[in-house]
Amino acid sequence: MSAAGARVEGLRVDELSTDGPSTDGLSAGGLRVSGLTVRIGGRILVNDVSFAAPAGAVTALVGPNGAGKSTLLRALVGAQSRVRGEVRVDGVVLGDLSRRERARIVAFVEQEAHTDLALSVRDTVALGRIPHDSLWRAPDAHSEALVDDALESLGIANLAERHIGTLSGGERQRVFVAQALAQQPSMLLLDEPTNHLDVAAQLHLLELLAHLAATGLTVVTALHDLSHAAAYSQHLVALRDGRMIAEGASDDVLTPEFVEGLYGVRAARTRNPITGRAGFAFGPGGV
Amino acid sequence: MSPGLLGAVLGVALVIVIGVSLTLGAASLSLAEVGAALWARLGGASVDPLVEGIVWDLRMPRIVTAALVGAGLGVAGVVMQAVTRNPLADPYLLGLSSGASFGAVAVLLAGLTFLLPVAAFAGALIAVVAALGLASAMGGLTPSRTVLAGVAVSAFAAALTSFVVFWFVTGDSYREVLSWLLGSVAGARWPEVLIAAGAFLVAGLPLLLTGRMLDAFAFGDTSAAALGINVPRTRWLMLGLAALLTGGLVSVSGSIGFVGLVLPHAVRLLVGPGHRALLPLSALAGGVFLVLADTLARTLFDPRELPVGVITALVGAPVFALLLLRSRART
Repeated sequence: MSAAGARVEGLRVDELSTDGPSTDGLSAGGLRVSGLTVRIGGRILVNDVSFAAPAGAVTALVGPNGAGKSTLLRALVGAQSRVRGEVRVDGVVLGDLSRRERARIVAFVEQEAHTDLALSVRDTVALGRIPHDSLWRAPDAHSEALVDDALESLGIANLAERHIGTLSGGERQRVFVAQALAQQPSMLLLDEPTNHLDVAAQLHLLELLAHLAATGLTVVTALHDLSHAAAYSQHLVALRDGRMIAEGASDDVLTPEFVEGLYGVRAARTRNPITGRAGFAFGPGGV
Repeated sequence: MSPGLLGAVLGVALVIVIGVSLTLGAASLSLAEVGAALWARLGGASVDPLVEGIVWDLRMPRIVTAALVGAGLGVAGVVMQAVTRNPLADPYLLGLSSGASFGAVAVLLAGLTFLLPVAAFAGALIAVVAALGLASAMGGLTPSRTVLAGVAVSAFAAALTSFVVFWFVTGDSYREVLSWLLGSVAGARWPEVLIAAGAFLVAGLPLLLTGRMLDAFAFGDTSAAALGINVPRTRWLMLGLAALLTGGLVSVSGSIGFVGLVLPHAVRLLVGPGHRALLPLSALAGGVFLVLADTLARTLFDPRELPVGVITALVGAPVFALLLLRSRART
């Protein structure tokens, strides 16, 4: 654990994001979603959802399986058709932008990205430059340098030439975060990024998200583990059956009663004896 | 291997196979004779008109057609593999070639020869829409579903073609149609070169420039969309161009299988999966491969000639089997 922790300390993410638009308008900044509705094949998967996610903070997106978290994230990143409603990032209406312009503002780390291609780590991170680079010419030196920076800041420069398929889950996830950072976004979206990671890799990733948020990035992440949400998010949005049922400071929203109502289990607040941070304990049954 | 080095190697290889191929045939010529004949048509000292005719009017157009068809199929294969995220995609396996063949045979036998490229393109386009539509309806564009759908479409188009051929073709033209169906550039003269070159210019060259867009599809549709790509529009535009390319090529060569499958995979093994290098190198490799295969086709059993599609299938089908084994090992 100490090795992973030390690497988080060594991050140079602040240098990366000074290029991006993330330093503009921190106060008016962040994500604002109004009346977002997503339909797929006649079914409404996200129903009239409105919330805000402040810049410079981690916002957790929680809710039972099938609540619409993934669909909502996909809609925010522009990967979903048949979306109604308005999405603003740092005051800019995403619907007014071209797809490429949107991809310079919003980056996404998918839940289980997979490829059959023998891509190296560097190739994979370099994909993040696609929205910025000319589609017809080789990436310029500036772009290459930003890829190097992203690799460096996530402590994976030593893996640059490795085949993406040979990495551990935690390493892969850092590669995808590096790709997202190479996009120089002002908002980073992640869909259950701690899935399938061992405990060290989970903590490393969450510390990383906290660090990125501290540099001014708007971080919105779907999370299943409510102890993670309680410990690492400042803001929280809860969904159930496609509707938003709560939004606010994580400490205020995540009461045992609320969790019991949302998931139908018994829940109690705990305090992590090592970190002193808030957490949850669960039991079956409940309300 | 660096892409530049492989490009240089393939460029040299192309010049060599073209040069050697020009010397081989019923009339065996030396490289010097071929050189003199080439130079004669370009304004140099005149040579025996018979030799000049063999080099310029028989062998050269056939070789250039083979190179263009090979290059075009290589590009079409890369593009289809990228936008369907299917390492097994290829104009032949997804039914484009069979669709194009049916379109071509239908207008050929109706006597509407001038419609040949258009009909072949229409056939290829209908086939790719049908195959991918079928695969989507089966639940998504996975490699195995796409190939199965391609098999179904291919079989149907082949059945239609067989019916038309069986019903309308008689006597001598039967052998001609059969040879064309198996894939052959034997009959290619300068007008055929013009059609193949036109298809390559209109559809192949634009596709050669799409490398960075194809890269964006590496991790699937959601990831491509997150990188700013309009996924449905890009996919159908690329597949439309691939169908146009395949249709144009099939109208001169018939359906030659596996070039779009084998060469891109070989190039990937050597220089990696980045599409900006993969596209032009697969074009070059496809050109070299098909010129070589066609030279073998017309010299191996001299004076009898094999359709070149037989040779590419003999090489390609085992490679396809290997790829199947590898994709099985992964899942």
